Amino acid sequence: MKRRHIEEKIMIAVMTASTLIILLTLLMIIGTVFWKGLPAMNLDMISKTPRGGFYLGREGGVLNAIAGSLYLSLGAVILAAFMALPITLLLNSLLKKRRRAADLIRLVFDVMSGVPSIVFGALGFTVMILLGLRVSLLAGMVTVSLLILPLTVRTIDESMRLVPADLLDSSYALGATRLESALRVLLRQVLPAILTGLLVSLGRAIGDAASILFTAGFTDHVPGSLFDPAATLPLAIFFQLSSPIPEVRERAYASAFILTLLILFISLLARMIMKRYSRHVVQ
Amino acid sequence: MNKRRRFFNLLSSTWLWGVSLSVILIMLLLVIGLWLRAKPIIVEKSLLDLLFSSSWKPLRGEFGFWPFITGTFWVTGLAVILAVPLSLLAAIFLSEYARGRLRSLILPAVDILAGIPSVVYGVWGVLVIVPLVRDRIAPLFGVVSSGYSVLSAGLVLAIMIVPVIVHVAVAVMRTVPSAMREVSLALGATRWQTVKYVVTRKAFPGLVAAVVLGLSRAFGETMAVMMVAGNVAVSPRSLLDPAYPLPALIANHYGEMHSIPLVDSALLFSAFLLLVIVVVFHLLSRAMLRRLTVTEG
Repeated sequence: MKRRHIEEKIMIAVMTASTLIILLTLLMIIGTVFWKGLPAMNLDMISKTPRGGFYLGREGGVLNAIAGSLYLSLGAVILAAFMALPITLLLNSLLKKRRRAADLIRLVFDVMSGVPSIVFGALGFTVMILLGLRVSLLAGMVTVSLLILPLTVRTIDESMRLVPADLLDSSYALGATRLESALRVLLRQVLPAILTGLLVSLGRAIGDAASILFTAGFTDHVPGSLFDPAATLPLAIFFQLSSPIPEVRERAYASAFILTLLILFISLLARMIMKRYSRHVVQ
Repeated sequence: MNKRRRFFNLLSSTWLWGVSLSVILIMLLLVIGLWLRAKPIIVEKSLLDLLFSSSWKPLRGEFGFWPFITGTFWVTGLAVILAVPLSLLAAIFLSEYARGRLRSLILPAVDILAGIPSVVYGVWGVLVIVPLVRDRIAPLFGVVSSGYSVLSAGLVLAIMIVPVIVHVAVAVMRTVPSAMREVSLALGATRWQTVKYVVTRKAFPGLVAAVVLGLSRAFGETMAVMMVAGNVAVSPRSLLDPAYPLPALIANHYGEMHSIPLVDSALLFSAFLLLVIVVVFHLLSRAMLRRLTVTEG
């Protein structure tokens, strides 16, 4: 065999090995979470709040974190949607033919998407102090909505860009206004993509911890209003994992298990929606 | 009717502009606010002292960021060194060797890896990597280590940035026109030679951009790193020493040390540093990706 053929064989082996290492690590991470989390799961875990304080109490479950996480991430996604839809519609209808302005706005969100979540957390906390607010569900929602906004904008924008300009032009030619075309043609074309984008953002929102560390706080109770502090699954993991009490650590493992399941479910759902509905869309 | 339609149309365009501009304005205000809150410490101390002094004693008003800066560099450096070959090789495999079917099976798995929350990586690190480093790797070198170390943090962080690099790298290599590969193959080159001399050369700026994006993700990563790095405010000397990266510093102290003067200013200064570094990296990678699409057209 010639040298270059040997090189080819070696490189294929190395590349396959790299890919396998990545896949095996993924399996190992999910495996670890399931292996520790499954034994910790029981009915109390998902139906009760921790009794006697989350860090010391041996009894109760993580209902506070499950409820808090769902409230917080759903609220954040709704807020982000209210910001992302006008932005993406602006980019793809009013600015469809003014590339430079559109690209500048895209650049802003692109750069923003790289900002670490801890920086958002610190910013959120600073603003809260300035306004005299305490840690609360609402503060957490607003912070997380800004954190996920670039992702929401990008996923929706990417699908809107694929809608051919002709489609809008035909709509204009029929006498429809820009608003009517944007809502009835553009938006309808990308509805499944918007749903997917929101689900992807939900996955990001529900898993982030650093941004809510100082904004949403942590509590033993299910939040009763927007101004109560809220416990969340990622922070339930973070705070309870280091506890010396085994029962408390069980709560961390269970939280990790629930969070991972939620994330996997959300990403699967997003994928299914994309696959199922994208075939009706004019390309 | 016509008037009403026109009115709503006008209303909607002001609404679209209004929302978009106010979101961007809020972002700018946040950055400016961050700068203003970080300013007192830059006024009070010299920038050189802040960056290069290793004495971190907030109670005595000494704020040296050097241990945290070096901690960040050790951890991200190790993560990038581990992640870059792994992810580029996997990306080449996925883009150039794997058939469509296999690729459409593996890429979603990589996406799932990207979607796993940072704390869950942290759990994995605490339960698997830390004991591995403590019980297996450290004894190999005759060192006693708690396992909470640069090595653990680097390993966890490396896996976290792999999906970022793989994703961008695959996308970039797919933009190389297949005609170029065919020419190379027709000249008798092997596939690896084609990859080596044609694909990666053409895609080079994009691959650099992929690595830079991974690097910038690594810089800001907080929770997972903080859970396994050990968090001791001393510059690490070896891979088995604990480290205390900047994001972990902010996460550990922010929100509790507001009674001590200048502390929140110091912490916001480090947040500002992170922000600037990440923004610069993003603009760089963006410029490189842009060059790629320009030369293509």
